Amino acid sequence: MDWLRSALLPLQGSEFAKEIDLMYMAIFWLSVVMFFALMVPMVWFSWRYRYVPGRVTPHQTHNTALEVFWSVVPLLICVGLFFWGIWGYMHFAVGPGESMEIQVTAKKWLWQFEFPDGTRAVNELHVPVNKSVHLVMTSEDVLHDFFIPDMRVKRDIVPGRYTEFWFTPTVVGEHTSTCAEYCGKGHSDMRAKVFVDTQEKFDDWMATGGDEWMKHPPEEWGKIQWDQKGCATCHTIDGSKSKGPSWKGIFGKAEKLKGGASVTVDENYLRESMLQPQAKVVDGFEPIMPTFQGLLRENEIRGLVAFIKSLQ
Amino acid sequence: MEHTLTAGSVTGDRPRPEKNYLNQTTGIWSWMTTVDHKRIGIMYLVAISAAFLIGGVFALLVRLALLNPQHTLFGKEWVTAEAYNRFFTLHGVVMVFLFIIPSVPASLANFVLPMMLGAKDVAFPRINLMSFYLWCAGAVLGITSMVLGAVDTGWTFYTPYSTTTDGTVSLMTMAAFVLGFSSIFTGLNFIATVHKLRAPGMGFFDMPLFVWGIYATALIQILATPVLAITLVLLMIERAFQIGIFDSRIGGDPVLFQHFFWFYSHPAVYIMILPGMAIISELVPTFCRKTMFGYRAIAYSSVSLALVSFIVWGHHMFVAGESDLANVIFSALTFLVAIPSGVKMFNWLSTMYKGNISFETPMCYVLSFLFLFAIGGLTGLFFSTLAVDIHLTDTYFVVAHFHYVMMGGTVIAFLGGLHYWWPKMTGKMYKEIWGQVGCLLVFIGFNMTFGSQFIMGGQGMPRRYFNYLDQFQPIHAFSTYGSWVLGSGLFLTAINLLASLKMGEPAPDNPWGATTMEWQSSSPPITHNFEEQPVLEHEPYDYRPRTVTHV
Repeated sequence: MDWLRSALLPLQGSEFAKEIDLMYMAIFWLSVVMFFALMVPMVWFSWRYRYVPGRVTPHQTHNTALEVFWSVVPLLICVGLFFWGIWGYMHFAVGPGESMEIQVTAKKWLWQFEFPDGTRAVNELHVPVNKSVHLVMTSEDVLHDFFIPDMRVKRDIVPGRYTEFWFTPTVVGEHTSTCAEYCGKGHSDMRAKVFVDTQEKFDDWMATGGDEWMKHPPEEWGKIQWDQKGCATCHTIDGSKSKGPSWKGIFGKAEKLKGGASVTVDENYLRESMLQPQAKVVDGFEPIMPTFQGLLRENEIRGLVAFIKSLQ
Repeated sequence: MEHTLTAGSVTGDRPRPEKNYLNQTTGIWSWMTTVDHKRIGIMYLVAISAAFLIGGVFALLVRLALLNPQHTLFGKEWVTAEAYNRFFTLHGVVMVFLFIIPSVPASLANFVLPMMLGAKDVAFPRINLMSFYLWCAGAVLGITSMVLGAVDTGWTFYTPYSTTTDGTVSLMTMAAFVLGFSSIFTGLNFIATVHKLRAPGMGFFDMPLFVWGIYATALIQILATPVLAITLVLLMIERAFQIGIFDSRIGGDPVLFQHFFWFYSHPAVYIMILPGMAIISELVPTFCRKTMFGYRAIAYSSVSLALVSFIVWGHHMFVAGESDLANVIFSALTFLVAIPSGVKMFNWLSTMYKGNISFETPMCYVLSFLFLFAIGGLTGLFFSTLAVDIHLTDTYFVVAHFHYVMMGGTVIAFLGGLHYWWPKMTGKMYKEIWGQVGCLLVFIGFNMTFGSQFIMGGQGMPRRYFNYLDQFQPIHAFSTYGSWVLGSGLFLTAINLLASLKMGEPAPDNPWGATTMEWQSSSPPITHNFEEQPVLEHEPYDYRPRTVTHV
């Protein structure tokens, strides 16, 4: 029956996922049985007792034993499901003694992760395999919801308070997380990659940010950042209009600013716009870009500048 | 005249009265100022059908936008994320507030409930008319807000998004506020009517089950709707005066809004489904020509569903920041809903046992309802099981589940009821075969559209998503094709019913051989419903052969 599970549910990426899937499939089969228990009589009666002119039907008003039976049996099933459900829920809501705590900040429309040593990343969550992870989450604007389908975990992120959950990833590789609470225009683009690494690879990433950047020419590295860090949500690279100015042909151009001044787009302006985006806002756009101070490594800023330069 | 009434026989070939409620007075003004519950019911029927059409168009647009991940049509990109967000918001707002909440109570029940009790009208006919005009005022406000810019908050108006977005949210919440009062007045009227205007000899347990269902609904309408009004007023105060109630930046709490909102909107789910179940409880005995099995159990289950509906709102918020203890309590309470719903299903099926079942259009809708509502109900078990809810909530699994209950339940029952009482309301018979074909198309289209969404939801496709991962493309496309089948089934049904007004055969007084009191009137009824005050002669669903006397 594994084929059915994998048709109905995503990859089993955590211990918790296995528990959830077992419950899901149990309720699925229970529902199938109950469904047929209802539909088979319906179809059979429709056929067997189809209309015959003049036939008189029996006057059956009730049957107490039968009615008690079909009230009590479903009740017992429900009591069973209830206890199973809270047992599983506790593994999600109450963490084990030791886990790695990661701070998650959500804002329209990106995810920011802060690791125990102060390392930060955007739209990129690195976690070691088989270690419990504790996410403490808050939002800077509206409601969001951090949902990793492969781990079967999800919780709303509420401005002005912290919400949390635990999970233990078991499958090395790349997983996707999405926003599951409606938050406006960019809601469906608010995705992050969840990288489950071996302990050595994770430690290496924590120390250096990984060596991935050395494998790409700067423009290409910049393009990867554009995609992963959430730039793509607001900045197009083909000249079409979006929430922020398109990057196509922007380098070297004189841009009019809010308030009438103008600026020539050069390396320094690009860098400033990433780190202090509200300093010089291009006319015609809302000052909605969040700051990337502390979120971009030097190699990533260099890559982005090179990428923007290449878009002529 | 004396004759023996046997199961399935059709009575009432009395001479048709010249004047009925439709032609007693004429002209637009006579309709606009009428206090006749039947005319108000018809006006409501026209109005909510228009709302259903608008909401339906938005639904088709939502599905069309998701046809492919590039959002293209004939090779051209035609829709933006902003437009899509407005489509699904307007679909939800229009369907919930303008269509499904008033649908059965304000149109069908308005027409038949007083007649089922043998009454001339509802208890407060003028308040009934006022409720209709409040609906119209709410609709005008809602449509104005759509024209002026449209809301993009989802029908739930969750804060702080709804207090910070541009859109015309104040106008739309105002619309929902006014519509709430329309709903309260309808409920009030039905409660008074049921208590005071029953025919001589008719006790509570002699009432048709439709009346029981609408009575339970009315209780929720008057008890829960004020909470929505209060919540929306608080929301407007926050938007207008920046007083911190729900917005954490000025000292409020967004989760408080969700508690308030669902404290109304969960009972509102029962305002939607109880009337649907109530219709099914009429249709099953009529077309099985057999007395209702477990009449009292069904009556009690309606009232107990109404009561339980008030204490389960927290199950909408299992991952929303509610405490773990609250989650556990709400999970337990939610499972309680399954019991009375199951009781109804079993009783309907037992009524079919040893019946004498014919399959006119209303009965086809009954079979469709039983199939779809079984799925809608059973998939509810996934959500009340706390751990499984974590994975499934806010995904397409939810979308599929509540459409199976709301559309597969309420709307299907509404269509069944509409076909059932159509001859009484209009005095015309529609073409049976087209009614049945329409029902079949709706059934197939519905399952294509929403059945597929269970799979997407389980796979982790979140709801309200404009862009989606390519892996979901084939299922999204299939669902969109289904929406076209569903739409054409509804279109065919509408044409069939409308054509009957012009071309239909005149309807007999009791075309289905039903035993409840509304069928003792002529088709269409006279303005005061009955020539003489009907008196209770037998239980509501008594199909035993007996001798009846017509004077």
